[in-house]
Amino acid sequence: MSGRPARDRDVTTVPSDVFAAPTTGPRLMAGWADTARPADLGAHLGRYGPLPGAAALIDTVHAAGLRGRGGAWFPTGRKLAAVASGRRRSVVVANGAESEPCSDKDHALLTVAPHLVLDGIVLAAKALGTDDAIMCVHRGDPVVAGVRAAIAQRAGFDSVAVRLVEVPARFVASEESALVNFLNTGEARPVDTPPRPFERGVRGRPTLVDNVETLANVALIARFGADWFRSVGTTATPGTMLITVGGAVARPGVREIPLGTTISGVLGPSGDGSVGAVLVGGFGGNWVALPSAADLRLAPEDLGAVGGSLGVGLLLALPAYACGLAETARIARYLAGESATQCGPCMFGLPAIVGDLDALTHGAPVVGRLRHRLGVVTGRGACAHPDGAVRLAASALTAFADDVRAHAAGRPCAGVGRAPVIRVPTVTGPGLGWR
Amino acid sequence: MTDTQRLRVNPIACRAHGLCAELLPELIDLDEWGYPLLAAGGAVPAPLSDQAKAAVAACPTLALRLRTTPNYPQGVP
Repeated sequence: MSGRPARDRDVTTVPSDVFAAPTTGPRLMAGWADTARPADLGAHLGRYGPLPGAAALIDTVHAAGLRGRGGAWFPTGRKLAAVASGRRRSVVVANGAESEPCSDKDHALLTVAPHLVLDGIVLAAKALGTDDAIMCVHRGDPVVAGVRAAIAQRAGFDSVAVRLVEVPARFVASEESALVNFLNTGEARPVDTPPRPFERGVRGRPTLVDNVETLANVALIARFGADWFRSVGTTATPGTMLITVGGAVARPGVREIPLGTTISGVLGPSGDGSVGAVLVGGFGGNWVALPSAADLRLAPEDLGAVGGSLGVGLLLALPAYACGLAETARIARYLAGESATQCGPCMFGLPAIVGDLDALTHGAPVVGRLRHRLGVVTGRGACAHPDGAVRLAASALTAFADDVRAHAAGRPCAGVGRAPVIRVPTVTGPGLGWR
Repeated sequence: MTDTQRLRVNPIACRAHGLCAELLPELIDLDEWGYPLLAAGGAVPAPLSDQAKAAVAACPTLALRLRTTPNYPQGVP
């Protein structure tokens, strides 16, 4: 040490070039991987460096090719630019209300690296020229205490004070129009769009609604740049993704993987045939059969190319002995019960689809009627909730095609009577819990 | 951007009265639950313009609307 007077370690004054960007391995979870401790503000800044400025951030995020991690994979730079083009002062909403019952990736991120998310919120707000920023998590969620503590640690550190709001823990309540509706009216159900939140959102202002993992990536891009961000992942979808791995796997939990990792790259070689199929992207996601889909890359463009959707980072492995149709019927019943019961095709269509799936599971020849119903529901709700349920059921008919033929011919498989593999929560009830 | 007229249903407002399908069967069918299915994404050919206006005006919940800006602009979230 030189002869300078001793003082408290103040990492914010250290030049940023001493902070090495993570080159390989986890980015968002780097601190957790090294220390197995949630990062407080000091540890966070010590690892990633001081909060950079937000000049040209929108262009940098655009150049980085960041896409939203909430499930839609929309280009974040374009969304930022759309919000910025509004005339009124905007609002930033960080969506940490993780409603996929088997997903834990947003909880994990908010638990181990809350300051990365808060950095992203503050940077997005600065780039948009606003100090109005809200973090949404589920009411009573175990992450609330940690997030509240992290926000408190930053008092006097940021020019933007992030407000924590707890929202009802319903599946559809964190859909972006529902979230904005809750913030405006206290009712967490989707609304008809347009106008979309980016043009008229919270209190009528242009509103950026971004998933917390997306905003954490904004914080990294602002520090380390677009080229660094693009050094992993695919050309169309650079970066890493957090993914919850569950079902019939040896090591369940949340991992951070490069976009474009194959299914077998996540699950390990499944040559023993013990896993028959995986559900990719959440309950409103897609079944794919193994081993044929073992080399399918987890990237929105690759799922799109096979008629699916990457959705949220979630991969559930179904053992070969289980009945995929019975599992699908149970999940679909949950989704039908989580309808906000506002739009006819959702509130009547989903229960009808569930009825067909149940009947097929038990050996009734209803595939034709089911296919017809799956063909008329998509795109006819105010939100994409019914589309997800249709995607789930339609993908089951493809991934479990052999089972479908056997069941429809009155020969249900032996897996029907088994205990469920995928844990499906009980439904709150359609009219309850929206406020 | 074209000036094609396009029908749009507000799915939350729609209560499946079904008048639209009676007044404009050329473009509107009902699903098994009574809710409207729009042909061709709701695009209204010029000869059916007056009929489409009548269907819109007849909707008891104002759920059916006619817009001249056809699609949501590309490139926005």
